[in-house]
Amino acid sequence: MKVTFAHMGNLYITVKALLEDLGVEVVVPPMPSKRTLSIGSRHSPEFACLPLKVNIGNYIEALELGADTIAMAGGVGPCRFGLYGEVQREILKGLGYEFDMVIIDPPQGRLRRVLQQVGRLVGRNSVGRYLRAVRLAWAKMTAVDELEKLAQRVRPFESRRGEASAALERALRLVDEASSIAGVKGALEDGREALLDVKAPGGGAHSAPRIGVVGEVYVVLEPFVNFDVERRLGEMGVLVERSIYIGDWVREHVFKDLLRLRKGRRPYDLAKPYLCHFVGGHGIETVGHTVEYAHRRFDGVIQLAPFTCMPEIVAQDVLPSVSRDMGIPVMTLIFDEHSSDAGVLTRLEAFVDLVERSRSRRDAM
Amino acid sequence: MGEVVGIPRALLYYHYYPMWKVFFESLGASVVTSGETTRAVLDAGARVAVDEACLPIKVFHGHVLALAGNCDYVFVPRLVSVERRAFICPKFMGLPDMVRCNCPGIPNLIDSCVNLSKSTRGYVRAVYSAGRVFTGNTLRILAAHTKAKAALATYTRYLESGMTPDEALALMGMTNSRDASARGGVAAASSPLGAARNPGKGQDGVAIGLVGHPYVVYDPFVSMGVIRRLREMGAIVVTSDMVPASTIESEASRFPRRVFWTLGRRLLGAGFYFLGSGAVHGCLHMRAFACGPESLIGEILEREAARHRDVPFATITVDEHTGEAGVLTRLEAFFDVVTRRKKR
Repeated sequence: MKVTFAHMGNLYITVKALLEDLGVEVVVPPMPSKRTLSIGSRHSPEFACLPLKVNIGNYIEALELGADTIAMAGGVGPCRFGLYGEVQREILKGLGYEFDMVIIDPPQGRLRRVLQQVGRLVGRNSVGRYLRAVRLAWAKMTAVDELEKLAQRVRPFESRRGEASAALERALRLVDEASSIAGVKGALEDGREALLDVKAPGGGAHSAPRIGVVGEVYVVLEPFVNFDVERRLGEMGVLVERSIYIGDWVREHVFKDLLRLRKGRRPYDLAKPYLCHFVGGHGIETVGHTVEYAHRRFDGVIQLAPFTCMPEIVAQDVLPSVSRDMGIPVMTLIFDEHSSDAGVLTRLEAFVDLVERSRSRRDAM
Repeated sequence: MGEVVGIPRALLYYHYYPMWKVFFESLGASVVTSGETTRAVLDAGARVAVDEACLPIKVFHGHVLALAGNCDYVFVPRLVSVERRAFICPKFMGLPDMVRCNCPGIPNLIDSCVNLSKSTRGYVRAVYSAGRVFTGNTLRILAAHTKAKAALATYTRYLESGMTPDEALALMGMTNSRDASARGGVAAASSPLGAARNPGKGQDGVAIGLVGHPYVVYDPFVSMGVIRRLREMGAIVVTSDMVPASTIESEASRFPRRVFWTLGRRLLGAGFYFLGSGAVHGCLHMRAFACGPESLIGEILEREAARHRDVPFATITVDEHTGEAGVLTRLEAFFDVVTRRKKR
């Protein structure tokens, strides 16, 4: 059995560690590319959202490399993601691929069913082995998040353009290659030092504009589909913070769900005057985090969403009111297979300009 | 003279209007609806809603704006879920918030939240919160709700017997007189009560199964009059609301995963039924551009249709730029294919 899964940013480092440590052979799909997107959108429903299309591309490229099993998360609605698995299976079977698809549903407090689904994937393992695998994967996930956050903080102050991203990439590779928790710790330590080294002498003395990135989890986390918006902004001298990091997401959606803990209410409470009900996906988080960034006196917020994403459309609909009431510039970027590099870059530059100007106006007052 | 509640003639108006109307009227309010969708209504809605919103949501905004000035309240319920473990589309969950942000200056909203996905307790609260606007008397609210549910049951029975919402409402005396006289004749002629067990085939002529959200296929403007046009060509039109709910459920359960959108499951079940049962001669899927659920439901239906080549299947996508001539041409072509296939 050779298991594959779809890409979402650096999530592959964690998933790969988890599966391999449980003795599963893993085929990581090639990093998403133009080819991935073009074969994905060729075989997907025209009006499906972008993640489905890129997933299809990932799967086809991995199947070509010999994968025979696809692991995928399920869902219970109301966002379309919950039906991805079935539709993707139909599409791929229709193309003649032979494979097994294992859909792991959200636990909703039913641990046993999840374990059965996971068991189908990894076979029998001792509890100790599970714990060890989860601990290693967890360490990697935490390290990835920390390195990404650090890169965001130093990027606007780097002495040579692209240095922070290069250091981040090297550090992530070391984390990926580490086979023990001690190894992960070492890689994290080295990465931290390398990233701090890229700061120009005196860098950080001037203050950079701060922009919060909110929106749909896949587009926010996957640099290929968002045209590397985070790096782009950083290299324009902007301090970026995202509303979602993989670790937070897993803690919130997998573990709290598994243990039936009460989920954090904060984004919900903050979103209240504008959006008073969950709308699936991350719609309410998008609104809540925008309010939060305004409270924290960020200089702007960028919402990222796939074209026709239902929860994000609701959020997008109310964001102008948030922006008006709280005086924070908000821009929405919507991505599909027709999005272009130049188009995204132009809009980013225009937005950063706007943010800088409103900042200097504010400072002058 | 009681207070006036405005009900936008869009979205789930087509499923629930008799219930809502009877409920508010039993509490002493009077009810007005916005008129039929027109170009002006759509344009007004499209101006205020975000570009990325789907056509039905834009139409809904237009109807809310059309009601402004004619009523004391606009009824914009937050319909999260109308059954266990299922949802309406995410946009319905944020609808009152979207309307409030986009349409300043409109009357107060009655935005009761209906969420039955986990338990039915919230439903009672929703009914009460809508009723409390007019009376503090719980018994009166309950009585109004009982009457409202009876009206809905009658309405649903009419729909299942083969009537369109307009025809059923005319029969229930719920449209204004102009509408009633215009449509009553059609109701009597083409949708005999009692055909529910066997909609479509069995009568002369070509039967066409029409799959599509109620607010798309029943809105004559949005759908370019698809039902009227097919009937004028001589077809018997069977919509998903004319298929008994139990049939829908059992057909939809053939799909390996439970479809968690109530409306999506109805479309899927009806589509499977039309394609696989031999009840109709052709199956037409009409969808709105940018409708999230239908992008996947449509894909599943197309794949199912490929397994049933004996039943012609076509999809027509409508949006605010769709021209009438284009839709008519496609309808005629589809009708031709179905007729020719039937003769063979």
